[in-house]
Amino acid sequence: MIFSLLTHNPMNNKERMELAKWASDFALKSGASEAAVAISRSRSVQVEVREQRIETIRESTENNLSLQIYRDNKYSSHSTNNLQKRQLERFISEAVEATAYLSPDEDRSLPDPSLYPDDLSIDLGLVDPRHGEVSPESRIQRAMETEQLVREAGEGVEVLSATARFNDSTSESVRLHSNGFMGEQASTYFGTSASLSIMDKGARPAGFSSAGGRFLDTLPPAAEIAKEAIESTLMQRGQTPVASGRYNMIIDNRVGSNLLFRLFQPLNARNIQQRNSFLAGMIDQPIGSEKLTVIDDPFIKGGLASRLFDSEGIAARKRAIVENGVLRTYLIDNYYGRKLGMTPNSASTSNIIMAYGNRNQEQIIAAQDKAILVNSFIGGNANATTGDFSLGIAGQLIEKGKVVQAVFEMNISGNMKELWHQLIETGNDPYQYSSVYSPTMVFRDVDFSGL
Amino acid sequence: MLMKKSFNRRDFLRTGGIAVAGAYVLPSMLSGCMRGPKASSPLGYQLSDYLNHFGVSRRTIMDVIAEGLSKGGDYCDLYFQHSLNNSVALEDNSVNRAYSNVSFGLGIRVLDGEQTGYSYTEDLSPASMKSAARTAANIADSGARVKVMPLSERTFQNFYPISTPWEEVSINSKIPLLQAINEKTFSLDPRIIKTTVSFSDSTSYVLFANSEGVIACDYQPMGSLGTSCVAEQNGRTEQNGYNISARDDIELFSDFNLNRIAREAVESTVLLFDAVMPRAGQMPVVLAAGSSGILLHEAIGHGMEADFNRRGESIFSDKIGKKVAESFVTIVDDGTVPNMRGSINMDDEGNQTQKTHMVVDGILTSYLHDRISSRHYGVDPTGNGRRESFRHMPLPRMRNTYMLNGPHEKQEIIESVKYGILAETFTGGQVKIGPGDFTFYIKQGYLIEEGKITNPIKDVNIIGNGPKVLEDIVMVANDLEMSEGGWTCGKAGQGVPASMGQPTVKVSSITVGGRNV
Repeated sequence: MIFSLLTHNPMNNKERMELAKWASDFALKSGASEAAVAISRSRSVQVEVREQRIETIRESTENNLSLQIYRDNKYSSHSTNNLQKRQLERFISEAVEATAYLSPDEDRSLPDPSLYPDDLSIDLGLVDPRHGEVSPESRIQRAMETEQLVREAGEGVEVLSATARFNDSTSESVRLHSNGFMGEQASTYFGTSASLSIMDKGARPAGFSSAGGRFLDTLPPAAEIAKEAIESTLMQRGQTPVASGRYNMIIDNRVGSNLLFRLFQPLNARNIQQRNSFLAGMIDQPIGSEKLTVIDDPFIKGGLASRLFDSEGIAARKRAIVENGVLRTYLIDNYYGRKLGMTPNSASTSNIIMAYGNRNQEQIIAAQDKAILVNSFIGGNANATTGDFSLGIAGQLIEKGKVVQAVFEMNISGNMKELWHQLIETGNDPYQYSSVYSPTMVFRDVDFSGL
Repeated sequence: MLMKKSFNRRDFLRTGGIAVAGAYVLPSMLSGCMRGPKASSPLGYQLSDYLNHFGVSRRTIMDVIAEGLSKGGDYCDLYFQHSLNNSVALEDNSVNRAYSNVSFGLGIRVLDGEQTGYSYTEDLSPASMKSAARTAANIADSGARVKVMPLSERTFQNFYPISTPWEEVSINSKIPLLQAINEKTFSLDPRIIKTTVSFSDSTSYVLFANSEGVIACDYQPMGSLGTSCVAEQNGRTEQNGYNISARDDIELFSDFNLNRIAREAVESTVLLFDAVMPRAGQMPVVLAAGSSGILLHEAIGHGMEADFNRRGESIFSDKIGKKVAESFVTIVDDGTVPNMRGSINMDDEGNQTQKTHMVVDGILTSYLHDRISSRHYGVDPTGNGRRESFRHMPLPRMRNTYMLNGPHEKQEIIESVKYGILAETFTGGQVKIGPGDFTFYIKQGYLIEEGKITNPIKDVNIIGNGPKVLEDIVMVANDLEMSEGGWTCGKAGQGVPASMGQPTVKVSSITVGGRNV
C-alpha cells in the first residue's frame, strides 16, 4: 500500500516571502498605512490502527495567508486559503476598504522595529532532516506494532478496544511586516499514541498515552507507549470516590501543564488591561511558594515551542515569569503593551521549564502519609478574574507511602491565589514530550470533594 | 419566480467573502438570484449554482469518485465547502477590530468496510481533485469493485429560513448593534467597569456527492452576538457574560434581544459579588430549565454517539432496549428545530436530518449514527454524521439535544431539596466518552436550603457518571426551554455548532466541588 504525497509544486519559503512582499505592497498601495503578512503551509499524515486493521488514514495539506491591516490607526485581520494573486488582489483591497469603517485607535500599529529580533540565523533544531524518509509502510508498521502490544494488556484483562496512532507533519511559514521585519520558520513533528478500553465489573475504564517530538529518533519505542497506555488503564480498576476532605495533592508530571496554563491566562496583558485578572498589580509580589519558579525558554534545541520570534514578530527572549514564588512579568503583546505603557515581550509562552527538586515521583509518593495522586483532569475551570477554580480529577489514593485505591469522580476546588502558595515540592522528573516540562508537583491541604 | 445566472468559479472565488467590506460588495452567489421560499434551496439557490460556483460538472464529480474507488473501496463521497466568517468587536467603548476568514476546498473520503481513507485539497482543478482521490483510495488495495451511480439530486426541507444573507449585511449595520449593547450595559449598573461586545457571522456553501448517486447542496448561515462584562465592588472584580447564536439572519438581533443580552450579562455579573462556595461533596442538584441541557450533552449524548458503541468502548454499548431512567424521562437529539444553532438540513454525509429519540419513557432506544455505524448496526442513518469542515472526516455528532417535559412543577422540585444547589449557567463540560465520566462547570447558581433558594454560588464543578446520573433523575418539570447560547461541541479535534435544552430537573445526588468546612 503506497500513499502518494500531495505535492503539487508547493511554494518554498523564498517564494512565500516574495508573495508576502507583494501582498504587503499591494495592501499599502490600496490604502493601508502598514501591513503584516504571514504565509504558511503544513502537511500531515495520520494513521490509526485498531484490531490490527487500519481504521483511518488521513492526509492533509493546508495553506494559509493571514493579513493584518493598519489604516490610519484602524485595525483588522483577515485570512484565506486561496493564494492565487488574482483572488488575493480583491481580497486585500476589500480588507483595506473594510478597515475604514472601524474606529481609530492610537495604539494600533505594527510593533516598533526595536522589538524585532537581531539575529535570525540561530538554528533551533526544529527540522528532522530524515523526515522525507518516513515511508507510508513505516507509519502503518509503527501503529500496528503499538496496537498489538496494547491489545496484550495482560492475563485476565478483558480488552474492549485498543487503538494506536502515528502521525507526522511538516510546516513552513514566513512573516513579513511593512516596517521591516522578515522572518521564516520550518519544523517537523512526530507523534505516537495508544489508547485502551477494558471491562472492569460493569465499568469501562479507558487509558491513554502519547508522546511527541521534533525528531523521529526521540520518540519512545512502541513498547514504552503501549506499557504506559496499559498502566494508565489498569490503574483505574476498582475506582471510586473517597471521602471529601483536605488531602495533600500530587500532580503527575504528564498533567502539570493543565494547572500551569491556568496561571498564564491572568498574566496576559489583555486581561490585565481589561481588569480581568486576579494577578493585576502583583509584579514583584509573591504569588506562590518559594518552590514555584517558571521560566519561559524559547531557545531549547528541538523544543516543541522553540522560536526566534512570536506571531507579532517580537523577538523571543528567555524570561523568568515567576522566580521563587515572586511574579516577575506579565505576558505582553504589542497592542495591550502600548495601552498599559509596558514594553511588549510576547503574549504567548514558548517552552516552559521550572525549578526542579531532588526526588522522583516514586520517592515523593513513598514520603506521603496521606495524599491523592492526580493523573488526569476532566473538565472544570479556573476563573481568571477572581482565581476561583474547580476541576474534576481522577487518580490514586496514597496512604503511608503506598497506592491503596483508584479514585475518580472527585473535584478539587479553591482559589489560585492560595493554591500556588500550597506548592511544597517539585520533582526531578520534567515531562519530556511536551513544550511544558512539568515535574511532579506536591500541594498541601487541597480541598477535594467526593463522598 | 426564480432567476438564475451562471457564474464561473473565478467570479465566485474573487469575491472571497469580505462581508466586512461593506454593502457594496456582493458575492456572486447572490447577485442575480432572486430570493424565494423554495424548501430545498434557501434563498433560491439551485444545485446548478453550486456546481457553477465550485467550477465542477456532474461528469467531473463522477470521475473523481471513480478515482476514489479505483483501489477497491466500497464507497466514496465528496464534500465541497466554501465558508466565509466575519467578526467585529467592541472594547473600551470603541469598535476597533474586525476579522474575516475565507476557506475553500474539497474533502474526499473512501470507505472500505469500516476503514476510512481521507484526504482533501484546496485546489479544485480536476488534476488536484483526482490526486487527492487517489490518496484517499489507498485505504483499499485491490482493483475497482464498485461502480459509480449516476448522480440524482436529493433535496431537503429548509430548517433555517432567513430573509437576508450575511454577505449582504454591511459592517456599518453591525456597528450600531455593538454600541447599543455597550451603552446599555453601562447604564444598567454603575459597578460595570469594562464591557466587550462581539458579533460574528458565518456562511457555508456545501455541495455533497457520493458513489451511490446522491448529490445535494446546502446553505448554512449562522449569526452570534454576545457581551462580557467586568464589574467592580469594594476593590473586588467579577466577570460574566451572555450571548445568543442561531442559524438566523440579522433580524435575530432586535432591540428586544439586544436589551436582553445586556441585561442578562450585567445581572449575572453583579450577582457574583454575593456568591459563596457550597459545601464539598455529594448532594441533590437541581438543573434550571434551558442550558442545563449540558447535562444531557455530556452525561448521555456523547455516550450515545455510535462510534464509541460499535467499538464496545461506551458505557451505553450494551444498554439498547434497557431501562436507563425513570419512565418520565424522554431525551431526543433533533436537527429540525427551526433556526436553532445545532440544526442541519442534511448531515455532512448527505442524509436527511431528523428528530432522533435516544431515550423514550426511560428506555434507551437509539444511538446517534454516522454512515459507518449505521452500516455496522444495520439500521437507517439518523442524520448525525457531521464534520467541522472539508478538512475533517464525518463522525457521529449531536445536533440539538434536549429532554421533553415531565410531570413535576419547578416549585415542588425546589421545595423537595433540604440542602443542595440550583445550577443556572455554565461555562462548559467534558466527558470521557467510553467510561461515561463527565463534568460540567457551573458559572452561576444558588444554594437551596430547607426547600428555599438562598445564596448565589459560583465557580463550581460537577462530576458524575452518565448512566448513574440518568438513574438518579428523580423529578422533571414541565417548563422545557432551549438554550440560545453559542455552544460548540468538540470531539476528536473537530468543533461543530450544537445546542441543547431541558426542563427543570432534579438529580438526587452528584459530586459538587466546594469547600470542606
